Amino acid sequence: MPADTHVEVRDLRLAYGTKEVIHGISFDIRRNEIFGVIGPAQSAKTSLLRCLNRTIEFSPEARVSGSIHVDGEDVRQVKDLYGLRRKIGMVAPLPVGLPISIYDNVAFAPRCAGLTRKGDLDDLVEQCLRQAALWDEVKDRLNSLGTKLSGGQQQRLTIARALSHQPEILCLDEFSIAIDPVTTMRIEDVLKELRKDMTIILVTNLTQQARRLTDRTMFLWNGEIIELDRNAVIFGDQPGDKRTYDYVMGIFG
Amino acid sequence: MSDGTNQRFTETPLVRRKQREERFAQWLFFAMSAAMIVPLLLIVGYLVQRAWPSLSLGFIIDVPVRGMKEGGIWPAFIGTIYLVVLSLAVSAPIGILAAVYLNEYARDNWFNRLINLAVINLAGVPSIVHALFGLGAFVYAARFGYSILSASLTLAIMTLPVIIASTREALASVPRSFREACWNVGATRWQTIKAVVLPNSISGILTGVILQVSRAAGETAPIMFTGAVFFKAVQKGDLFPYNFNEQCMALSMHLYTLSTQVPGVKESIPFATAVVLLGLVLAVNAAAITLRVWLRNRKKW
Repeated sequence: MPADTHVEVRDLRLAYGTKEVIHGISFDIRRNEIFGVIGPAQSAKTSLLRCLNRTIEFSPEARVSGSIHVDGEDVRQVKDLYGLRRKIGMVAPLPVGLPISIYDNVAFAPRCAGLTRKGDLDDLVEQCLRQAALWDEVKDRLNSLGTKLSGGQQQRLTIARALSHQPEILCLDEFSIAIDPVTTMRIEDVLKELRKDMTIILVTNLTQQARRLTDRTMFLWNGEIIELDRNAVIFGDQPGDKRTYDYVMGIFG
Repeated sequence: MSDGTNQRFTETPLVRRKQREERFAQWLFFAMSAAMIVPLLLIVGYLVQRAWPSLSLGFIIDVPVRGMKEGGIWPAFIGTIYLVVLSLAVSAPIGILAAVYLNEYARDNWFNRLINLAVINLAGVPSIVHALFGLGAFVYAARFGYSILSASLTLAIMTLPVIIASTREALASVPRSFREACWNVGATRWQTIKAVVLPNSISGILTGVILQVSRAAGETAPIMFTGAVFFKAVQKGDLFPYNFNEQCMALSMHLYTLSTQVPGVKESIPFATAVVLLGLVLAVNAAAITLRVWLRNRKKW
């Protein structure tokens, strides 16, 4: 595997019960790239992310085969599952502020990992909230509840929480569907900063967002890869597959 | 305004019929729910009226005298508290922990389905059958004898399945997205339960447990077979009159014996006993409601 490959997926299949939703896909994600995943609903984008950090195992009827390697290590063989999940930051489509204080929301993951020194935690919480473009709005009320924030603030809190365990890969699953365009742009700027430190997987329904942000984009449809290429190709006049062109141009189906 | 628009809003026979049906339906449903108040008022009113001559604080803290024909109910009152507290001290921890396992950890396999089936069926067992089980298991097999311990354990087994059910319901009311958010950042299930699930379901869990107080206090059969006794000499107002290996008196049992076994009891005494039992239960329920309202106001999402 080439040195700059961060995630390597080979012949991944996923079935819920007898219904197969991912039909044997293979692709690589390079280190420090922003990797876009686009595709209509039901194309197994979210399931793919859940395979990556193995939260798919919380769906008892899910059956996974094939392999996913992160840094050359097979995720299905890892000894420290919780360490794996901390290595991969995950931001869900709908913002979830946990019903604990804003500070505790961000300090939760580091505490679970065993970090307890107050000073270290304070620094980390501030750093993550700054990275998520939320610090200025909440610095005076870190003890109020995370659930009391507005939707857009909660989504940035979710991002701060995902950064709090210092992941090497950050997965964003349609992070912008619950927040306004201005906040979305601020977070997009944040992502451009973060890519220096980590690999970013961006699942999005907004093809323009993928075009703006990503280096390469994968078009997933019904659990199969239609096309995976550089943005210039995917969003260009002549992508490799006509369906890609139709989807990106919004004349799909 | 033209005639056309006018006519669109006139009452037709169909409209009148719908309105009639609507009024009838609303009245019927209201009458049925209002009817719930009537039995409660009648029961309480009748009991208090018949019990009036004996009702006083002294009645609660006095001991029975002259072969239980006169005096108070202290030994039974304190005995009921002993039984309830001890039985819930056993069943609440076991029930809550079991419910946490069933709701948070258990996968859907044959063994856990068996546990679920056992819980449901245990909840359906009549109390007299629990009484016989307690007699065999605790009084004889475990050699606890006829004692507060045996009676409390029997009550504990009786309340356990209901505590499990109410606790599971409280746990299930915490949104799954909270749990997934915790799992995503590498928290174990226990860390998730500790940080998010339990703090947000504690009001429902406690309410479920407290409501079992009234059941444990009211049951007669299970304690009659295992540890409640006809009469026990106790000091007036003594807070710790019993040992766990002794038998005790209890309000429900006392009410039964006064009403059926003792000739020549002053007429108002059984009614006053019933009022105290009912008052105890209602007070506990009121406490549960207060607690629930207080905790719900602190609800965080």
